[in-house]
Amino acid sequence: MKNDFSTGLRHGVPIGLGYISVSFTYGILAAGGGMPIGLVVLMSMTNLTSAGQFAGTLLLFSSAGYLELLLATMVINSRYALMSLSLAQKVSAGLSRPHRALMSFGITDETFTVASLEEKEVTFPYMAGLMSIPYLGWALGTFLGAAADALLTPRMQSAAGIALYGMFIALVLPVAKRSRDVLLVVLLAVAFSTFFRYAPFLQGLGGGYSMILSAAGASLAGAWLFPKEVEEVA
Amino acid sequence: MPSYYLGGILLMALSTYLIRMAPLTFFRRHLKNRRIRSFLDYIPFTVLGAMTFPGIFESTGSTLSAAAGCAVAFLLAYREKSLLTVTLAAVGAVYLAERLLL
Repeated sequence: MKNDFSTGLRHGVPIGLGYISVSFTYGILAAGGGMPIGLVVLMSMTNLTSAGQFAGTLLLFSSAGYLELLLATMVINSRYALMSLSLAQKVSAGLSRPHRALMSFGITDETFTVASLEEKEVTFPYMAGLMSIPYLGWALGTFLGAAADALLTPRMQSAAGIALYGMFIALVLPVAKRSRDVLLVVLLAVAFSTFFRYAPFLQGLGGGYSMILSAAGASLAGAWLFPKEVEEVA
Repeated sequence: MPSYYLGGILLMALSTYLIRMAPLTFFRRHLKNRRIRSFLDYIPFTVLGAMTFPGIFESTGSTLSAAAGCAVAFLLAYREKSLLTVTLAAVGAVYLAERLLL
């Protein structure tokens, strides 16, 4: 059992290192927008999710209502439900509910992928080890980014505004390049959100609602037009 | 403002945790429906797409500098450079564009 923990720790090192750079960017963005540094770090330590935090923070900066924030968070993070469900097949049936409830906090795109690729059953000590270093890296990077923001000139802060979007492009483009289905579905989502932003009668629609409708609408169209083959791992 | 932020952060944390926790803790079935799985598989990409456009063009000091950053990000992402490389290059391109143009 103790062995599983150290195996998990080892598997988490590269994830944790990657998280430092992404959360550093998040820290700059959130502190740059005027969120106090303590709250920026609290966000990372309680949410542990990139797209959800970025989007939620942008919504908070636009003074969105809590309902809009809640719905947006649920749509963006709905993929975790699928990962959680998939992970449920990889753990021992006898694993207790408290253990399941605790280890689910550490489900992210990356830890899920690594845990899914494990040949053996995923145990509680393994998952605890796997999530430890990414969690620390995520918190540390956020703190460093938020602290570094004070050192940036206004022009550097303005340029940093594009950082998040650059990262999004880097996440999507390589996948869209290989999959025509993903490319078409993403283009549809972009068309929807551009329409919601500029159509004269829809400009009162909040950014969160526009994102939800665009993403859900395009994904729904994708699920009907290009359903994927069912695989074991999402 | 800080209490509005704090409430939002806790709301996000709670809902994100419930989404992660409920299936693993309470369900043991495997999701077989092709369309539901496809829908969930497409969600991360459509969310990122809808958040990036047209928002990216309003993310910097001017539409023109944002377009420069966007073009650089596209070029490098297409060549499959790392997240950090693409991000920093886009920021650098915006910085340069704003120095030259404004």
